[in-house]
Amino acid sequence: MKGYNFAYLDEQTKRMIRRAILKAVAIPGHQVPFGSREMPLPYGWGTGGIQVTASILGADDVLKVIDQGADDTTNAVSIRRFFAKTAGVRTTTKTAEATVIQTRHRIPEQTLRDDQILVYQVPQPEPLFRLEPSRVETRRMHALADYGLMHVKLYEDIARFGQISISYDYPVMVNNRYLTSPSPIPAFDNPKMHMMPALQLFGAGREKRIYAIPPWTPVRSLDFQDHPFRAINAVQPCELCGATDSYKDEVVVDNHGGRVFVCSDTDHCAERRGTDHDAGRPADGHGAPGGLQGGAP
Amino acid sequence: MAYVAVKGGEQAIDAAHAWLAEERRGPTDIPALSVAQIEAQMGRAVDRVMAEGSLYDRELAALAIKQAQGDLIEAAFLLRAYRTTLPRFAQSRPVETVSMQIRRRISSIFKDLPGGQVLGPTYDYTHRLLDFGLAEPAAGGSPETRPTMTPDPDIAPMPRVPDILGREGLLEPDGDASGNEPGDLTREPLTLPAERDVRLQALARGDEGFLLGLGYSTQRGYGGTHPFAGEIRMGEVSVEIEPAELGFAIDIGDLVLTECQMVNQFKGSKTAPPQFTRGYGLVFGFSERKAMAMALVDRAMRAAELGEDVIAPAQNIEFVLYHADNVEATGFVEHLKLPHYVDFQSELQNLRRMREATDANRTQATEAVR
Repeated sequence: MKGYNFAYLDEQTKRMIRRAILKAVAIPGHQVPFGSREMPLPYGWGTGGIQVTASILGADDVLKVIDQGADDTTNAVSIRRFFAKTAGVRTTTKTAEATVIQTRHRIPEQTLRDDQILVYQVPQPEPLFRLEPSRVETRRMHALADYGLMHVKLYEDIARFGQISISYDYPVMVNNRYLTSPSPIPAFDNPKMHMMPALQLFGAGREKRIYAIPPWTPVRSLDFQDHPFRAINAVQPCELCGATDSYKDEVVVDNHGGRVFVCSDTDHCAERRGTDHDAGRPADGHGAPGGLQGGAP
Repeated sequence: MAYVAVKGGEQAIDAAHAWLAEERRGPTDIPALSVAQIEAQMGRAVDRVMAEGSLYDRELAALAIKQAQGDLIEAAFLLRAYRTTLPRFAQSRPVETVSMQIRRRISSIFKDLPGGQVLGPTYDYTHRLLDFGLAEPAAGGSPETRPTMTPDPDIAPMPRVPDILGREGLLEPDGDASGNEPGDLTREPLTLPAERDVRLQALARGDEGFLLGLGYSTQRGYGGTHPFAGEIRMGEVSVEIEPAELGFAIDIGDLVLTECQMVNQFKGSKTAPPQFTRGYGLVFGFSERKAMAMALVDRAMRAAELGEDVIAPAQNIEFVLYHADNVEATGFVEHLKLPHYVDFQSELQNLRRMREATDANRTQATEAVR
């Protein structure tokens, strides 16, 4: 784009961010502070993920952006357009085609490969923040691997409710050392992080932190021997493709409480149905077919 | 029942942007605002946007206000997003507020003092009565003529009140500025404990309303600082840079700044004698409310350094610094309107599972009673 560097950020800033990424990869799960820049999208819209993507993107990369598992959510569209405009890279909605996937709140259903990078948008990188608001304190707790507070919280859940009550942003232990926020993905997605072949990068713009899970790193969702980790998902199969093993969105379709369940990962669902949902969509992501339409009762 | 997957985020965005542009312009039978009009006639809004946008450029601030339909936080955000893309040529020398071209200068601790009290263009003693005359189309032609100010040639530059007080040793000295290069939050992330340079930068960029509320809270007993407005001054200062290859300083332009020095009671500690301490506020443009609130909060945040108990929000450095930035705050508060249906769905399933468990327990309990 005229007047701006490739992928918006200047090269000095990219270098600073890449250094933070390298450090993050070297210490899996550890939050590395970085000089987060003000981006032309608001904080909370994925400025951390956008900065990470901008720093790792090359001219040959193929970018996929999802929000809530879908390529067509407005914020995903907006970020995809941002990179189509500022970097001119090819964009896709197909998980298999992408080299870089920026995501908010989901991990794609399809298993990722070692030549792909998954970039997470992270609102709150500190997994302990609900238990201890001071970052001075939580830094000390991470340094000492003092995670008793979180174990007590999980124990109290079990004592009160008979089960752990966290359903998303479920804390994980990365490489048996750092307690880490997986970002607000549903707990259903947590097991996919374990020994994932793809590099996982996490960017938190407002909180100015980057962290990483290198390929093939053990990632364990916190649990107890007598209360093992259990992911939650709707039992109903997908209304569109019939999948039972994918994460579902619940869609209200009428005024009488009628609802259906559909795959949250739209690419996965379309692949299963054998429909090319990319048809008619140019590479820069403009001009999708179809209008805004809800369920037709 | 046939369910069709929701599509069309792209068209929705385009349509929303078109609607926004139409709303921004408003009815076309009313002439469009010019950036020059905003710059010239909405100076306080321009000042606020420059301060919170961390960029001193009146014209761009006015443009941002126009583009944001007068939403000043949105305008500050526009300015900041532009600011990040600018290269940094040099660091200026510290501006000398002592040689400020004074437009306003008041002290509330001395009745009279060298240089005198200069009210300047203040709202302080206006009666807040709507001036219906301003609503007339002709209004804004020729304003009341104002008397010209004749500076006293003997008192130039105008001394700063705290310097007068400092000569007696009753006021703590200014911090030493010659040490390290000042920190810069726009380049380096905030790390705690944060030194005063970084704290002051965060406050100067911080939200006026947030600082006002915090400063006010110190006056109502949440971390009281016993403040007096030692001096408030507003006017132009020149900015100088010293290029390494030149070896001497050159003037690159003027800034309008508002400076507030609060003088605060201090009973002394083990290491320091009883004396007055300082709270400092410095803001782009004419932003007296912000400068005063900033000075109150700056002093409150020095509680730990001065051996006072840290009990109130305004004294908690981590709390103040992490929440003063309105671009960060508005982003995160407003991001709640982005889709969260994946998380909500997992909460829904979780709640259903938990309800099943409690309902089962309850049935068991009733059966046991029978």
